Amino acid sequence: MTQQNIATPEHIEYVLRMGDNALILGQRLSEWCGHAPVLEEDMALANTALDLIGQARLLLTHAGKLEGQGRDEDQLAFLRVERDYRNVTLTELPNEDFGRTVVRNFLFAAFQVLLYQRLATSSDAELAAIAAKSLKEARYHLSHAGEWVIRLGDGTELSHARAQAALDYLWPYTAEFFAANPADDAVAAAGIGPAWASLEPEWEALVVPVLNEATLTVPARTPFRTYGKFGRHSEHMGHLLATMQYMQRTYPGAQW
Amino acid sequence: MYTQALDIPQPKGEPKGPRVVENADYQAEFDAKIDAGGFIEAKDWMPEAYRKTLVRQISQHAHSEIVGMLPEGNWITRAPSLKRKAILLAKVQDEGGHGLYLYAAAETLGVSRDELYEALLDGRAKYSSIFNYPTLTWADIGVIGWLVDGAAIMNQIPLCKCSYGPYSRAMVRICKEESFHQRQGYDLLLQMMKGTPEQREMVQDAVNRWWWPSIMMFGPHDKDSQHSETSMRWGIKRISNDDLRQKFVDATVKQAEVLGITLPDPDLKWNEARGHYDFGAIDWEEFWSTVNGHGQCNVDRIAARRKAWEEGAWVREAALEHARKQAAREKVAA
Repeated sequence: MTQQNIATPEHIEYVLRMGDNALILGQRLSEWCGHAPVLEEDMALANTALDLIGQARLLLTHAGKLEGQGRDEDQLAFLRVERDYRNVTLTELPNEDFGRTVVRNFLFAAFQVLLYQRLATSSDAELAAIAAKSLKEARYHLSHAGEWVIRLGDGTELSHARAQAALDYLWPYTAEFFAANPADDAVAAAGIGPAWASLEPEWEALVVPVLNEATLTVPARTPFRTYGKFGRHSEHMGHLLATMQYMQRTYPGAQW
Repeated sequence: MYTQALDIPQPKGEPKGPRVVENADYQAEFDAKIDAGGFIEAKDWMPEAYRKTLVRQISQHAHSEIVGMLPEGNWITRAPSLKRKAILLAKVQDEGGHGLYLYAAAETLGVSRDELYEALLDGRAKYSSIFNYPTLTWADIGVIGWLVDGAAIMNQIPLCKCSYGPYSRAMVRICKEESFHQRQGYDLLLQMMKGTPEQREMVQDAVNRWWWPSIMMFGPHDKDSQHSETSMRWGIKRISNDDLRQKFVDATVKQAEVLGITLPDPDLKWNEARGHYDFGAIDWEEFWSTVNGHGQCNVDRIAARRKAWEEGAWVREAALEHARKQAAREKVAA
């Protein structure tokens, strides 16, 4: 029996969620192209976006195969309604300034690194292979964004204030990474991947020392919660999709 | 990507750099090296005018690369498939890389990247005026790859043998990547031409808008070209503007036939006697008007680069300040 026939809805959703995270953050970062503070960062942000779009292609293709309804990466990327996207809300937030952009990249890449590491032993061999390839990229994103978090936090008074403001704004959204999700329990039980909630202690252990080195104050957890991974997004998501889906919606069925 | 022929006069106040002492013995040695087809390296003596010409040309080329990121960047977020989005992101990233090599090549001539960049932002330095045209549809991305990168390659291949070593080496690498971009652009168009009537119309419309600006990229006719003769003498320019333009037209007509589009020039026809295609008169008024700041996007392009630079100032200052603090801490620790 092939894997396509035995994929559970939870398994499909799990892969889709990872694909959507990469897709939506990749889409956001690509908005920077040509507008970064220095040429090197223009290239680095474009490169990060490119890596994420590459990951999204692999993950969405895989999700489409698991689903077995003939949807390819583009049908999944461009032709779903907002409610069906499973990315965490953090990834869809506007870039704002360079400070918020690198703090987000840092918080997100740390999560991706841990997830991709754990997926090395996934019972889904294709997912394990995608994770192994993507882990190298996520590690680079983490190190690059982490260096900038430190530069900004430990830079001038202004950059410190902006980095702290970015962290204060973004930190509450990271609670969503670890929010309990019944689908994750089924996926973890099947040995496909870790329940995201289980990654929280390691994630904090990875990000907090860097934030400390950046002389930034780690915000306390608040009751603020978001639900993008369950399909309830922020006000920003519809605008992002309107731009991203524009061509596919305007010219239905055309091949590009 | 895109060097325009280097005949665009630079307004006053271009970056100066070190003054070179003129010396007859050095001059003779320089001339002999040029005549023998050798390379001039950064540490070699060179005439002041040669250095200035190179600074102008290399920095115009570098500026063109990074201003060129904007019209194409306009379509990254709306690319119609993930594959095309990835290809376009990679392409625009390559252009940033070309900008970096070229600024580095210019820096070997005693000017700094920041100094050159400021000249761009305050309007003293030029960049290829092709980027002052807007990218209105997705087909523009393919046509830029095919025609604009195609014209750029024609201009740039001779520069791989340019007499200035650092420039010539940068161009070897850039040309390889440009050829790849051109093939990708053409492939994008082939795919669209196999598609719906709307897609084919979109390609034809884009070709209609980009054809003449593309052939203007080779610069003024040889008889009107200000710098060409000296640049030829110095081995900075190897083939004249008109010869390059003819070569481009000859190569492109066949590619247009394969695509199934019409080039918007009723005078375009094969001339058996010349062994080349004849083509219609170029509207130089439009060319100079765009070069001189009156194209649709001149103001917006520079405003976008200036905004990025100004809004990024706090980030650059933070990086410098952190480096200073780190150095001070290391000194205390030592």
